Amino acid sequence: MDAIEIKISSNPKYLKILRSTVYHLARVCGFSNKEGNALTVAVSEAAANIIKHAYKNEKDKPIFMSCRLLDDRLEIVLRDSGIKTDVEKIKSRELEDVKPGGLGVHIIKSTMDVVIYDNSSKDGNQLTMAKYLPGKK
Amino acid sequence: MIKVNITEKDSATILEIYGEVDLYSSPEVRKVLLQLVNDETAVIIVNLNNVTYIDSSGVATLVEGLQEMGKYSGKLKLTNLRDAVRHVFELSSLDKVFEIHNTLEDAMRS
Repeated sequence: MDAIEIKISSNPKYLKILRSTVYHLARVCGFSNKEGNALTVAVSEAAANIIKHAYKNEKDKPIFMSCRLLDDRLEIVLRDSGIKTDVEKIKSRELEDVKPGGLGVHIIKSTMDVVIYDNSSKDGNQLTMAKYLPGKK
Repeated sequence: MIKVNITEKDSATILEIYGEVDLYSSPEVRKVLLQLVNDETAVIIVNLNNVTYIDSSGVATLVEGLQEMGKYSGKLKLTNLRDAVRHVFELSSLDKVFEIHNTLEDAMRS
């Protein structure tokens, strides 16, 4: 199985490590520079949301990222053990509503082909994101 | 690490940012920007030429600056956006909200 697993602390200074991994993995998988950048932003936004919402900006909590290259897609899963997110309340804000904040979910949903929030496990949350490989959609 | 330089040129204040603007570094940018806003700086040009990455917290910081400046009819302009940075503004449809210029000279002239 083609997979990468990384665990970082919930300190925002480590977000760039996730970004670097995702960008290079996307390029290895055949995504363009632009697509790689977009995937990078989406995953970083998702991890930032974990820090802000699941961990309330605590810096020493675990964030797990696992990436799998499947036949038709690159799948990226983020897991945390923080406060459970109310899946029903996760939504993109209206873009006409120009205000600071609330853009992360919109960016994730605009970029990824698959976005699944799951808080059914005993602890924390899991977000599965996937992007179909070039020519596989 | 993020670095923010402030220079004055003609009647504009140029805020030049170096590095990645994300959840970690955007508070520093916000602090500098809002200080200029508190001083009611008339024109701020944010030069993003050396910004290699920006996330929603960075964009939100600029939105906040834009809105606060609007209260005293100040102008916030952006210039020299790299493709990856411009893409984030486009994704959030904020490329239509900001005054964005290709070059610093264009921003100075407008």
